[in-house]
Amino acid sequence: MLLMLANAKLWAAAEEDFARGLELINSSKLSQVKQGVDRLIASSDPRARIYLNAMLDSNLYRHTKEKRLVMLVSRDGSKVIVADVNDASKTEELKKRRVKRVPINNRLRGDIKAYLASKDLSDESSSVRKAAVQRLLGDIGELELGLFKQRLEVETNPDVKYLLESGIALDKLANGERFEQLAAIELLGESLEPPVRNSLNQMAESGPEELQALAAKALAKIDDKVAFYAFLEKVFFGLSLGSVLVLAAIGLAITFGVMGCINMAHGELIMIGAYTTYVIQLMMPNAIGASLIVAVPAAFLVSGLVGILIERGVIQFLKGRPLETLLATFGVSLVLQQLVRSIFSPLNRSVETPEWMSGALDINPVFAITYNRLYIIFFCLAVFALLFFVLRKTVLGLQVRAVSQNRNMARAMGVRSEWVDALTFGLGSGIAGVAGVALSQLTNVGPNLGQSYIIDSFMVVVFGGVGNLWGTLVAGMSLGIANKMLEPVSGAVLAKILVLVFIILFIQKRPRGLFPQKGRAAED
Amino acid sequence: MQKMKTKIASIAAAGLLSLGASSTWAADDTIKVGILHSLSGTMAISETTLKDTMLMLIEEQNKKGGLLGKQLEPVVVDPASNWPLFAEKARELIEKEKVASVFGCWTSVSRKSVLPVFEELNSILFYPVQYEGEESSKNVFYTGAAPNTQAIPAVDYLMDEVGVKRWVLAGTDYVYPRTTNKILEAYLKDKGVAAEDIMINYTPFGHSDWQSIVSDVKKFGSAGKKTAVVSTINGDANVPFYKELGNQGISAEDIPVVAFSVGEEELAGLDTGPLVGHLAAWNYFMSVENDANEEFIDAWQTFIKDEDRVTNDPMEAHYIGFNMWVKAVEAAGTTDSEAVQEALIGISVPNLSGGYSAMMPNHHITKPVLIGEIQDDGQFQIVSQTAGLVPGDAWSDFLPGSKDVIADWRAPLSCGNYNVKTGKCSGQNYE
Repeated sequence: MLLMLANAKLWAAAEEDFARGLELINSSKLSQVKQGVDRLIASSDPRARIYLNAMLDSNLYRHTKEKRLVMLVSRDGSKVIVADVNDASKTEELKKRRVKRVPINNRLRGDIKAYLASKDLSDESSSVRKAAVQRLLGDIGELELGLFKQRLEVETNPDVKYLLESGIALDKLANGERFEQLAAIELLGESLEPPVRNSLNQMAESGPEELQALAAKALAKIDDKVAFYAFLEKVFFGLSLGSVLVLAAIGLAITFGVMGCINMAHGELIMIGAYTTYVIQLMMPNAIGASLIVAVPAAFLVSGLVGILIERGVIQFLKGRPLETLLATFGVSLVLQQLVRSIFSPLNRSVETPEWMSGALDINPVFAITYNRLYIIFFCLAVFALLFFVLRKTVLGLQVRAVSQNRNMARAMGVRSEWVDALTFGLGSGIAGVAGVALSQLTNVGPNLGQSYIIDSFMVVVFGGVGNLWGTLVAGMSLGIANKMLEPVSGAVLAKILVLVFIILFIQKRPRGLFPQKGRAAED
Repeated sequence: MQKMKTKIASIAAAGLLSLGASSTWAADDTIKVGILHSLSGTMAISETTLKDTMLMLIEEQNKKGGLLGKQLEPVVVDPASNWPLFAEKARELIEKEKVASVFGCWTSVSRKSVLPVFEELNSILFYPVQYEGEESSKNVFYTGAAPNTQAIPAVDYLMDEVGVKRWVLAGTDYVYPRTTNKILEAYLKDKGVAAEDIMINYTPFGHSDWQSIVSDVKKFGSAGKKTAVVSTINGDANVPFYKELGNQGISAEDIPVVAFSVGEEELAGLDTGPLVGHLAAWNYFMSVENDANEEFIDAWQTFIKDEDRVTNDPMEAHYIGFNMWVKAVEAAGTTDSEAVQEALIGISVPNLSGGYSAMMPNHHITKPVLIGEIQDDGQFQIVSQTAGLVPGDAWSDFLPGSKDVIADWRAPLSCGNYNVKTGKCSGQNYE
């Protein structure tokens, strides 16, 4: 009876907290909202989650006139569509100035996330539970310790179980008896979590003497692992930078390498590919994920067509005059840039990143692979393989190779060299466009996009050996890795310079690059 | 390459100019106001807006009856993001067009490039952008922030309110970030931050591959002490930087980034998702709530015929600078540059954050400092504001070379870099 009474009292208190909390967060003052959030958290009411989550997503708004809370559904110019907080189907359209967002700052976000994490400890999904424990691990107090112990009794997933045990061990390490501390060090030696490392570090530096050596030993073991993963990470970064270089350069490897035509507008063809992505996204605003996939063939076609136009309009008249080709295509690049400025404004355009390309694949606490980079590495390899197939196994490829080796002989055999030239140029340009789609996910889409990649592209092609696709792949990847290995030591600016100096020296020694073309074709 | 672009741009600009001139050529009794902002090239993104702001301010002033009974006439030139061309165009404005004063420049290099021209011809330049300080010219009025009206209050906020103990100073590799970081490093050490708790990193212009740097920041920040990044990363390199932070799972609660070059205009074309919660320090935010600001926003959106256009800090700086100039010309009763220069000191006009800004004898102005958190709609939630106005300091108190230097353009001192220890004025030498 007494228990029930106490419970009812508690319940009433929670109910009051909840109601008062909602009242308080309905305010434009951050300090009031903070009190409100504290109340909501104290109430531990399941309904509070909806409000807190909406606040985290910056979707919780106040109706300034009617003083009620609403959930933002979408924005549309000067109008907004909002819904009832508890019933998403009840929507209404309001003027933009009629609603104001419930203010939130980082401290509040931190509080809310910590609270939600403590609730997430009993979530169904083990990955959510894992993230929740990881989040709480950094700052373990009485409350968290209690939650951890409670959860540990029912936890079945081994990873989460170990994390929970680490959390308890961290507490033992700080406050436990000597034998508990020893056991804690033993257990924590296997963990890569940053808070664990920091605690051990502290112990190794200023802990009790007999523990110092043990902690240092555990720490050394962790550091070895961390160093190993740091190396893997660098290799991954290098491959990712390399794949960007290869993507940007591979189109050039065809136009410059196979056709021998110096195309300074190559960077702008990449830019056109990126803008194509932007336009496709504008056309399919509700399917950002799919738009990227549609953009690949679209960019190939658009850039390819522009490339064929450039070839037919300018380059074919300048055959055999490389200097003039260089100047003329440079002129074309300026025209294209200005064209884009006039059509799309000089401002950068925002290309959205689809959900499946954001975030990272967490392999362990010190090593994560970002999805966008991972996909771009695969994408680069796929483009390379496809191009390789086209050049080796198709009629077009055969003719391209024939024309590039001996134009006159090829013509004598009935190959229409003009037609092949245009198509080759189109192919190279189209690939540049495809590279633009990938780059739109990594960098800014603006009129200057192409300029920042043209030098790198030439560098890769020349280093790899003109006219050799494998050379481009190996050169791009090795330059990427070299750059990323140097960067932590020398800084980004110097790393770039060092790589450039290395290439200059290398070209002095081997003017034909890594994989020089052999045979008579290479002589002229 | 740059030259060719310049040529094309200047031909285009000349065409525009002759068009503009022919339409107003009959107006003889006007006061000309020079606008020296890049309308093409890399800086066009930021500077075009400032040109439009000036056109709007001049139009409004003309509606109010002009100045000294005359109409104001804007003269727009395009220095095309090309630093030497800034000097040429400045000379053209002053000598050929005989403008009464010039509003312009964005980057420090462009300001350094026009400085000798303004000093030689004794004209007036209003410079509206935050910069690294260490300069005070007789002919330049700095309406943007100096390090002590932007960077230092931001660091104070992080240190006192957020409890940051470890610092990453990340910047683009040029003069503004280098000087600002030097000042900040000295300031932090002064406050007792150990050298191993400060990490300094520079990247080239337009850097787009932030993987290793962000990963380093993450490692640096996982040492158990609260860490923040103070970013002087310039221009569009910020976008891939924030994206990478988001992708590597660093959120603003873990490691907040405070930026000095990211404002509403930069956020307008961005997917703001990964930026939410990160900070910026300015003297003005569009989200400041008061009547003057709402009027300004309405006027701007009507002028530019776009309801989605945003306002930003350098625009407010031009607003303040232009109003100061108008007031000074009225006080002096002439547009003569010597008289206006004298009249400008001590002039005080309302700013858009609900107070008054005054021109100091060192040619810098007093401003409030606001810290804002980025929201998903590209606006800022103001989380901190200095109690009063902070006077801009030309010479930082935290650099050994400039500690003892002051600037005071009032007679009898009339010096931009007077050393109080040696009692010497070392002339207008800013190298």
